[in-house]
Amino acid sequence: MDPKSPDFVVVGGGTVGAAIAYGLARNGLSVMLLDEGDIAHRAARGNFGNIWVQGKGHNNPAYADLTRAAANSWASYANELQAETEIDLHFRRPGAFYLCFTHEDFQKRTAMMRAIDRAASVSSPFEILDGSELRKRLAGVGPSIVGATFSPDDGTANPLHLLRALILAFQRRGGAYRPRCKLLSFRPEGMGYTLETTDGVTAGSRIVLAAGLANKELAAIAGINAPVRPVRGQVLVTEKLAPFLDYGTNFIRQTVEGGCIIGESSEEAGFDDGTTLPILRETARRAAQAFPILKHARVVRSWGALRIMTPDGIPVYEESSQLPGVYAVSVHSGVTLAPFHSSALVEKLIQGRLGGDLAPFSSRRFNVQKA
Amino acid sequence: MFRKLEPSTREVSILVSGQRVEVPANANLACALLAAGVQLTRVSPVSGAPRLPYCMMGVCFDCLATIDGIPNRQTCLESVREGMIVEIQDGKAQYMHEASLGDYE
Repeated sequence: MDPKSPDFVVVGGGTVGAAIAYGLARNGLSVMLLDEGDIAHRAARGNFGNIWVQGKGHNNPAYADLTRAAANSWASYANELQAETEIDLHFRRPGAFYLCFTHEDFQKRTAMMRAIDRAASVSSPFEILDGSELRKRLAGVGPSIVGATFSPDDGTANPLHLLRALILAFQRRGGAYRPRCKLLSFRPEGMGYTLETTDGVTAGSRIVLAAGLANKELAAIAGINAPVRPVRGQVLVTEKLAPFLDYGTNFIRQTVEGGCIIGESSEEAGFDDGTTLPILRETARRAAQAFPILKHARVVRSWGALRIMTPDGIPVYEESSQLPGVYAVSVHSGVTLAPFHSSALVEKLIQGRLGGDLAPFSSRRFNVQKA
Repeated sequence: MFRKLEPSTREVSILVSGQRVEVPANANLACALLAAGVQLTRVSPVSGAPRLPYCMMGVCFDCLATIDGIPNRQTCLESVREGMIVEIQDGKAQYMHEASLGDYE
């Protein structure tokens, strides 16, 4: 292996891979970031942009804690990236409402929030608001909304600014960004690995696989089970509107520029990242039900994007037992967890061990046979 | 600056920023505004810069104006109609006074 080959090759130039690559480079390691290119599925570029805490980690307190700690780090993370790049991430943390359309939704939601709160170690306050309390707190909400849960810990950021900032910060810290470079295979050689890509053969001491949906095949090369599948979301964005929504919500957010991003669908559609009229129509109908003034707003664009979903919706952080120094990271909440990926996860990668408090995220959990 | 390829046989009148303007019947609205010498159809809500129609084919969104009370309409995708009211789109759309807009779902 070439002695000049980098300490780490990070595979995947989306939000997750770029956050890890930036974190490694900031710690003084030599890092190469392989990015497939514009034909990739690019979940990072279809992202809604919520930093979302409430309701995450039901029946999985480790995931609740991971999410809460990451969200608590977001303000300093946004400042740090802005200082590194002069890019404003449009980070805001006014808190968010999860809107309930039926009494049944509201009861289930309330019970779930209480259960998560009892199990989690990192505290995260929340409020349960019935319809009349909600209408006092949130101007413009429609009369048919039954209630909501509110968390002051939820926030938003512009996911495109985030991705751009991460890649720029990575490069400014000396990282080598390789676009149009898809990893095809890798094998151990000497003290490290040889990687075969669409842009030639390269090498590195250790490999972090953060290739989104491609992790399923790539991680298998190292004997890691990363059974991720695409789950499609369809998103609408409206024309720019005068500010009316001061808070986040679970499926509508008003951007700094004024457009409203609206999306909540979740579909099994294979690798088709298109849009369908029935889903867009239902999404728009519910948005106008939540905020009646939106029925006047005109939609200027819509898109589909593919979430990277594990069987239980919980992240995978796994090291290969067959190929030491190969790690797999499979996450669908790349924006929320970005501060974790750039700091605490990076420290563990540098140490070379992903055990300890990351043990609940081992993909070995998928190998346990059901009784 | 703009010259008509053919003389118009019939004209209609529209209101542009409160001024009555005679334009060829069935003309494309963006063309009619440019031909009438309009200097500004909108102000960018992001930068505050003045804008005029640019691509003339529905993709650049630089020709937005308020038409008959509805903000952010693409003038390059509209035909003129007798009595049409066109106003400068100044900044972001305001839907706070729903009652004045009525329902046009």
